[in-house]
Amino acid sequence: MELLLVLILGLLYAAGVYLILRRSMVKLLLGIMLLGNGANILIFVLGKITKGSPPVIDGAYKVFQDIYADPIPQALILTAIVISFGLTSFAIVLLKRVYALVDSDDLDDLNTPEEEDI
Amino acid sequence: MIDNHILAPIFVQLFTAIIQLMCWRKTLTQRYLSVGGSLIGLMVAFRLFNRVYEGGILTLNAANWDAPFGIVFVADLLSVTLVLLTSIACFAVSIFSSVGLSRQRMLYGYFPIFHFLIMGLHGAFLTGDIFNLYVYFEVIIISSFVLMTLGGRKAQLEGAVKYMAMNILASMFFLTGIGILYGITGSLNMADLSIRIQEVQNKALIGITSCFFIIGFGIKSAVFPLYYWLPSSYHTPPSAVAATFGGLLTKVGIYAMLRVFSLIFIPDDFTRILLMVIAVLTILTGAFGALIKTNIRRLFSYLIVCHIGFMIGGIAMFSKVALMGAVFYLIHDIMVKTNMFLIAGLIRQLRGTMDMNKLGGLYSEYPKISLIVAIVLFSLVGIPPLSGFWPKVFLFQEAFSQHQYFYIAALIIGSFVTLYVIAKMWSEVFWKNPPASEGMENLFAPMPPYKKILMVLPIGLMALATLYIGLNAEAIVKVTDIISTQLMDPSAYIDAVLGNKTD
Amino acid sequence: MKSAILQTATRYLLPILLLFSFFLLLRGHYYPGGGFVGGLVASIAFVLHSFANGTENTMKILRYKPLSLIPIGLATSAVSVTFPLLFGLPPMTGLWFEEPIPVIGMIGSALFFDIGVYLVVIGVVLTILFTIALND
Repeated sequence: MELLLVLILGLLYAAGVYLILRRSMVKLLLGIMLLGNGANILIFVLGKITKGSPPVIDGAYKVFQDIYADPIPQALILTAIVISFGLTSFAIVLLKRVYALVDSDDLDDLNTPEEEDI
Repeated sequence: MIDNHILAPIFVQLFTAIIQLMCWRKTLTQRYLSVGGSLIGLMVAFRLFNRVYEGGILTLNAANWDAPFGIVFVADLLSVTLVLLTSIACFAVSIFSSVGLSRQRMLYGYFPIFHFLIMGLHGAFLTGDIFNLYVYFEVIIISSFVLMTLGGRKAQLEGAVKYMAMNILASMFFLTGIGILYGITGSLNMADLSIRIQEVQNKALIGITSCFFIIGFGIKSAVFPLYYWLPSSYHTPPSAVAATFGGLLTKVGIYAMLRVFSLIFIPDDFTRILLMVIAVLTILTGAFGALIKTNIRRLFSYLIVCHIGFMIGGIAMFSKVALMGAVFYLIHDIMVKTNMFLIAGLIRQLRGTMDMNKLGGLYSEYPKISLIVAIVLFSLVGIPPLSGFWPKVFLFQEAFSQHQYFYIAALIIGSFVTLYVIAKMWSEVFWKNPPASEGMENLFAPMPPYKKILMVLPIGLMALATLYIGLNAEAIVKVTDIISTQLMDPSAYIDAVLGNKTD
Repeated sequence: MKSAILQTATRYLLPILLLFSFFLLLRGHYYPGGGFVGGLVASIAFVLHSFANGTENTMKILRYKPLSLIPIGLATSAVSVTFPLLFGLPPMTGLWFEEPIPVIGMIGSALFFDIGVYLVVIGVVLTILFTIALND
């Protein structure tokens, strides 16, 4: 399970970086999304995966006796998902409007000459 | 000491923004609310600063969870100083934007988003939890995306794409760093992290993690190989927005670096050399970029990059005197850079352009305004009794004692280029006879007098603050002295957060 | 795109999804669920409706602009966050009524925070989607 997740997260990071280095705006967006998911899985893996052992303490004890699932990575990932949801939706709206204005998907076309400065 | 007042600056901005959202499309109400909210925020921040200055570090455990487990808010002197400066800048910008911004942009919700941005800044300065810092960074960048695209001109959107891509990338680096940090230490509380990271055996992994943080914060604060987004986007939004961005956003990156490298990753030789190389190259590229620009705001953008290098150099030397210099420069830079962009906005109102070739003769027409501007420009250059001079003294002193001759050379070049560029701008914009070209639209003259006053008032206010920093440098040095002592020896911070439970 | 099957299905799915979103919202404190997920499900219900019947019709059944939900939700959350301050507790401390209430369960400041999040999520998602859909 851990090996699989590690491979997946490596793949996500690699694909994300590759897509970000392209010149197309849509690929840039996809790359950012893949990187975000990769980061989430990274946090998940580093939080030590355990199966079926919730972080609940037996009433007789004061500290955990055996291995338990760490709830913090899940809280972090949830927060990160919410944030990347907001960022991505903003990015989609922005890129759509840029596409409507510039009429090109190529990032190299985004250089309005300096004469248009005010 | 546990204190609920720490969150007051955040809540003031939050409630201001919410009430403004309820008055959607009532721009006049929003303007009053914005100025009023900023004024209250300024007073709250001033009170908080006084309490911390006199009573020491305050902490607050959110939701009453004890320190290493819950989210903790810490107000040490560095945080509250920056909160105070942010509040001053926020007050000035909100006055300026209430007259200097088109109604069209206000209708799209400029003011609520602006206050969310300030809330994010306050939160980032006050939090003591590294993941919470990430969350506030996101609050800042999402609000700044919206502010940057308000209005939707073509150049603006193009700048926003670059700005968005680089900043999201920075967040990803930061998040990855946090993930690895949590994996190797099992904590997110910065005070707790600073203890636990010393017990980690695998030093190489810590070094790699710190590189993630350097890249993440480096993109945000626009250091040498990662700064290209800044000059290509900061000249596009309206001046009030650019003032907030130029004065405050890059400084959050510097603050985060100061915090993370003083608490968690104490700089070793490799990090110091890396940061020093970055600092020197940042100063040089920023300075040379500023030399050839004729648009005022593009010029200022490169000056931001150049002066970020001064502060990074201070962090790289990482000694008490160097940090005093860096923190003093931070204080000075927030005040001056915000004001510079406001001035650029004023010039645009006066002449309808920001191109130096088309400008001229402002001094003969508006001598009083020009004098205020002169104070700010001289402060930026660092003419001795003014604010830009004092931090450089500390930086030079420490650079000499550590034999950082490349940094000294870069500091000298950076300062002289700043002087040259500002002198060029002064003579082109204020002294030169106006070129006899038609099409100069003066938007300032037809304004009613109260609007004129409201437009110049924030610039004068910030200029006064700059003058205070410069002429009363002794008080500021005292503050920076305490701050750098706290940064060099974080035990007071750790004790305040963990409450002496550390054994 | 007009599909009779989708339109008929949506007529029944919309209330069921809304009910389910409310269920998710209420169970959120102790079980999987909560304001964010509930809000997403509720907004998906409206998105489905807009797929079947067109965005204009969805805006008609909503009557108010989804944007107006954002300040209401934010205010609810912010008040529930600051409410413990009145009792001298740090912000965000959970305050609970002693007795559980039938159907809803335990009521506390966390529930109001979740309701605020629920409203904000619906407002934000629908605003964004309507903006994208109406620009075409």
